[in-house]
Amino acid sequence: MSSRPGFTLLSRGLHWLMAALILAMLFIGVAMVASLADYHALVSLHEPLGILILALVVIRLANRLLHPAPPLPGHLPRWQRLAAKASHVALYGLMLAMPLIGWAMLSAAGYPIALWGSLHLPPILPHDAMVYAALRQAHTVLAYLLFATISAHLAAALMHALIHRDGVFESMAPWRAPKGRNEEPPAVVPVP
Amino acid sequence: MADGTTPAKLGAGATMSRLAVIGAAVAAMAGGFAYAGGWLSPGTLTPARLVDQFERDNGVHAGFRRNHAKGVCVGGFFEGSGEASGLSKAQIFARGRVPVIGRFALAGGQPYAADAAVTVRSMALRFTLPDGEEWRTGMNDIPVFAVSTPQGFYDQLVASRPDAATGKPDPARMKAFLDRHPETARAVAAIKAATPSSGFADSTFNSLDAFRFVNADGVSTPVRWATVPVGPATSETPAQTAQTDKNYLFDALIAAIGQHPLQWRLVVTIGQPGDPTDDATIAWPAGRRTVDAGTLTIDHIEGEATGPCRDLNFDPLVLPAGIEPSDDPLLSARSAAYAQSFTRRAGEARQPSAVATPARTEGQNS
Repeated sequence: MSSRPGFTLLSRGLHWLMAALILAMLFIGVAMVASLADYHALVSLHEPLGILILALVVIRLANRLLHPAPPLPGHLPRWQRLAAKASHVALYGLMLAMPLIGWAMLSAAGYPIALWGSLHLPPILPHDAMVYAALRQAHTVLAYLLFATISAHLAAALMHALIHRDGVFESMAPWRAPKGRNEEPPAVVPVP
Repeated sequence: MADGTTPAKLGAGATMSRLAVIGAAVAAMAGGFAYAGGWLSPGTLTPARLVDQFERDNGVHAGFRRNHAKGVCVGGFFEGSGEASGLSKAQIFARGRVPVIGRFALAGGQPYAADAAVTVRSMALRFTLPDGEEWRTGMNDIPVFAVSTPQGFYDQLVASRPDAATGKPDPARMKAFLDRHPETARAVAAIKAATPSSGFADSTFNSLDAFRFVNADGVSTPVRWATVPVGPATSETPAQTAQTDKNYLFDALIAAIGQHPLQWRLVVTIGQPGDPTDDATIAWPAGRRTVDAGTLTIDHIEGEATGPCRDLNFDPLVLPAGIEPSDDPLLSARSAAYAQSFTRRAGEARQPSAVATPARTEGQNS
């Protein structure tokens, strides 16, 4: 067995940058709705950060299509492979859906969508309070679902790192040198 | 593994301790999330608890704002005079006209309450700037606000909760609140000393909170603003006070707009160093320099059922570049509480307004 193939440097960079941004976003979001004193400052951070994450997830999805994830090691049971696959689909789906719902929800509420200074985004839905109410609810429910999925993802990653020690965690580790990247494990050495 | 070897099998003890590390990491993240969300501090005042208190005091009136529940939609335009453009780079202060949607309302959470001269009147406005920016502001016809902090506001709500037996606030509780909040006692005295005008059309509406204007050079100036009626203000007459029409203030406004457009000047007051920007209970000294930023013309009125204002949140911190919040703690709290009220009513079925407004009434000269 050779070194397991890892994710490309760009893939790992996007993963850890977005991990930090999305966790910050979830904490900012849950704190801002409960805060009187810091509400405005946190909202002013939440909205442009959401748009940044949306831009990054589009880049990341394209990168993922160009550079698929390395295969999971063969020893994993079928249910764990399915769980890994499903959680990755959920993570990508939620990463994309959350900022789009946020943008749509502000549009339906009739708020201007401020980025920085006088820079604004256009609305993507017409002004409709009932649609706003439904999207606002969805934004909350999906935020909790995203947090739960990230927690499960973290637990699984740590299981690979500390219990299985099968190289799955190292394939995405930020410190990993891109040694063996995209290399197929050598087949049986041909005997002359 | 990276070196191609199979890792040594972990002992039961090592497995358990490593599982504990994983559990602790996930629990720490979840705990931090719960802490950030305020779930570990149930005594803290939140936007939801503030709006809950409004609902306890007034009942839940589906589809209505939780405060300033009784109101009508109006519309018109604002023409900048250019005189404030040296103070703020906001486009609205350049010479030119921008459309305005607004709402006149009475303070309190009762959408069907009878109009009364002593009830605080409000004017809320949304200016739509040419590049998609907006300026939203909510103003009141009182000289100062009654409280300086969100907690003070909440305490006042609790103290003024109607008593089940009398339907009126308990005077002893109110007195205890005012004893604890001398700033409110002073502000209430100033509010009571001001004579209300005869109606919405001749009221002056004040921003109460301070803001900051920032000009093209980055110079920041503390300001407050007011819309001052162009026509003369008259005091409420005894005949008006004895009105039996429970919507007399709104009916007079509808009649006035039917005759001709109503106009207010947007007057900006410039704070001097030392003037408090973080305390809405304190008026700035008289004689501060003012700038006439332009003229607001309200030329039509419409009920909330069909008008555009019900589904707008007049969040006072929707500001264009060139206007910024001050250090007044009420501003962020207002923004948060308005958003909470907006989210609650947005998902509720509409109910008819108490104010019977024709579908749309326009001034004859508009």
